[in-house]
Amino acid sequence: MRPQDLAVLRPEGLFCPPGDFFIDPLRPAARAVITHGHSDHARAGHDEVICTEPTAAIMQARLGEGAAGRFHALRYGEKIRIGEVEVTLAPAGHVLGSAQVLLEWRGLRIVFSGDYKRDPDPTCAAFEPIRCHVFITEATFGLPVFRHPPPGDEVDKLRLSMARAPERWHVIGAYALGKAQRLVAEMRATGDERAVLMHGAAMKICELYKNFGVKLGALEPASAESTKSSAPGLVICPPSALQDRWSQKFGDAVRGMASGWMQIKGRARQRNVELPLILSDHADWPDLQQTILDTGAEDIWITHGQEDALMRWCETRGLCARPLNLHGYEGEEAE
Amino acid sequence: MKNFAGLLEKLLYQPARNGKLALLVDYLNGTPDPDRGYALAALCGDLVLDEVKPGLLRGLIEERADPILFRLSYDFVGDLSETIALMWEPGEPAEAPELAQVVEAMRAMSKAEARRRLPHWLDALDGTGRWALLKLVTGALRVGVSTGLAKQALSQWSGVAQTEIEEVWHGFAPPYLPLFAWLSGAAARPSANDALCFHSPMLAHPIDDTDFEKLDPTEFAAEWKWDGIRVQTKARAGAGARLFSRSGDEISNAFPDLLDPPLLMGGLDGELVALEPGKSGLEAVASFSTLQQRLNRKTVSAAMLKRIPVAIIAYDLLFAADASGENWTDVRPLKFQERRRLLEDAVAKARDPRLLLSPLLDFESWDSLAAQRASSAAHPSVEGVMLKRKASAYVAGRPKGEWFKWKRDAHLLDCVVMYAQRGHGKRASLYSDYTFGLWSGEALLPVGKAYFGFTDAELAQLDRFVRQNTVQKFGPVREVVHAPDDGLVLEIAFEGVQVSARHKSGYAMRFPRINRIRRDKRPAEADQLEALAKLAR
Repeated sequence: MRPQDLAVLRPEGLFCPPGDFFIDPLRPAARAVITHGHSDHARAGHDEVICTEPTAAIMQARLGEGAAGRFHALRYGEKIRIGEVEVTLAPAGHVLGSAQVLLEWRGLRIVFSGDYKRDPDPTCAAFEPIRCHVFITEATFGLPVFRHPPPGDEVDKLRLSMARAPERWHVIGAYALGKAQRLVAEMRATGDERAVLMHGAAMKICELYKNFGVKLGALEPASAESTKSSAPGLVICPPSALQDRWSQKFGDAVRGMASGWMQIKGRARQRNVELPLILSDHADWPDLQQTILDTGAEDIWITHGQEDALMRWCETRGLCARPLNLHGYEGEEAE
Repeated sequence: MKNFAGLLEKLLYQPARNGKLALLVDYLNGTPDPDRGYALAALCGDLVLDEVKPGLLRGLIEERADPILFRLSYDFVGDLSETIALMWEPGEPAEAPELAQVVEAMRAMSKAEARRRLPHWLDALDGTGRWALLKLVTGALRVGVSTGLAKQALSQWSGVAQTEIEEVWHGFAPPYLPLFAWLSGAAARPSANDALCFHSPMLAHPIDDTDFEKLDPTEFAAEWKWDGIRVQTKARAGAGARLFSRSGDEISNAFPDLLDPPLLMGGLDGELVALEPGKSGLEAVASFSTLQQRLNRKTVSAAMLKRIPVAIIAYDLLFAADASGENWTDVRPLKFQERRRLLEDAVAKARDPRLLLSPLLDFESWDSLAAQRASSAAHPSVEGVMLKRKASAYVAGRPKGEWFKWKRDAHLLDCVVMYAQRGHGKRASLYSDYTFGLWSGEALLPVGKAYFGFTDAELAQLDRFVRQNTVQKFGPVREVVHAPDDGLVLEIAFEGVQVSARHKSGYAMRFPRINRIRRDKRPAEADQLEALAKLAR
């Protein structure tokens, strides 16, 4: 019984032979366990999808009718048997509904982290470390230059800028699923109850978050009328809309971007933003290390991101590490 | 240091010129002497702290962190100071240094002392502070502030006209206390006219085809635009002589042969060129690649002085000296025509083979001037024509409608991309530096490297091409496919060619840039090395 008998890389993605299912496959599969709703992980066209209830709702909202043949929703901690394998989902702290996947088979425990973070996030359940033999971790921010500042500091930066330039709109680029809602929730946590203008793509997901009990306060669609009817405030849109004609209705706005990549000044300048906010939904370098240690695993498989540096760190720690080249996850660009 | 660091970071992210101006004015308002002067000097590149080299910084971080992790990080971030600032794990908290404290300490320190001191400062600062400190001590700020912008900010802040500030700017060294005393109303305007200091030169606008209709040829003088380096010299009897580059760097030590004895007393604007040994006059002017061997040197050997003699082709007179050589008159307010007469007299009187007069071109119409410009291609040291309004005073900066440069068109060749490397700063992590080659028989030989000339959209295309067509990696360098039927052709524009031992091809282009991406051409259709060799002759 070897770890690669329980989880093996195939062109479609990570496959579990004794359970006959894939995790986050890139191509349509008969049975797929999906960690979270971001489009590079949750693709359309699988016959059966096993995931959390919010992830199922997100997939249906984003992918429509053809999202999957049928959904099998699991609660965090609920164990089911697929073939010979016991499967449990645990909170990953990445976005609403995001999960790690625990595989148990003949005494062997493998955890697939999916995307995760350790920082507190008011919009989703906190990451829970799970003891295991093999930990398959992401490494989006797997370099020692990535140490995310406390989210509160970055929200303060935004609030300060809004206070200093109250006559300008603040248009912040944030991924429509996860980051947009988190930014609003972090603002609310400071006691700021002013209405936030939301781009259409993110608004749909905000409604979904609200249905799952996440409190986001007053949101308004970011339309041309709203620029006239209210005083300049905060607007949230997908990063692609930031330099687009869409954002021109806000005139000489302070443009910002909420992303872990904003830690690198060159990246922020590529985005042409005046207000970079370092707000990440992935684990930073210290948290990647801490999480590996927390799992107690001695075998570390590293998926998408900056795997070289994390491999190197594992080696210096006497941990056995290898890269798992899962092409197709957006790694460098996705957040 | 905290305020300065905040300013640098905000400048970096502020795309608009007016926004940058507002940030600078804000900073000048809220910062006392001498910090504001040092900050301004640092932004304009006027502050030389040359003890800290990249190697020293690498040594510091490799003592604190795993060198392999450092290298991976540096490759990703693409900026040494930023990589170290981000990776640095602070030690004992300490009191953060002020800007002036850092600058003054750095000026007094040896390399070994700097190496001991830097870690303490890094420990005491936050991430932005560390970044700003490292940018400051390595002298590579790159936050998009030019000297012109800094002077404009000073002008806006003080309400004093920018031309007045230009006048005295170079008379003082950082932290410019007399300048600030004057601008804040605490002292009278200081004078820089009598000092052996640099004065901001008058610059020309590139001319546009549509400009000619609006300009009357009889109002202009024309002369060749020589392909050397633009310089300024000042000399006064009893006080010595100095030589400056057009950006104001003093280069006296590299050219003792022009200063001892001085060419003429007073202040002169001209082009520094190399001469063929044993020849004299404008016929002797050698190519730029000859001159280049004498550039960027701290000192110069006797053999070199003999092998590559130099001269100045005089363009203009700024200060006219009397017979004693001790008293000067500022002639810059005179008309070009009048200054030109004084210059001709002074050069004739000097009768010095190291001092040549830039000849005026005879022309009746723009067409006849265009014909001369086209025929100048035969002369390797002429890169075009300068037009100067006869009535123009010599004004620092680039006044509108007074002087124009009319360069010869660039050369163009189709080359094949061979290697690519990631860029720095704003282009970190994008493959933005390209080495390209020309055909020599069956083989492609590299002839140059270019990293500008394209739009952001084209850069994205080029980056994608590199990532999808990599055949080998050598550290940060990727070799891309370059076979006759597979690869990418770029149309390269360049100013000239020089013989180069560094390139296997034997030639290197001057100022190459990417003119167009030629997706319509196969690599086999790119140009031959022979085309480049012809231009070198």
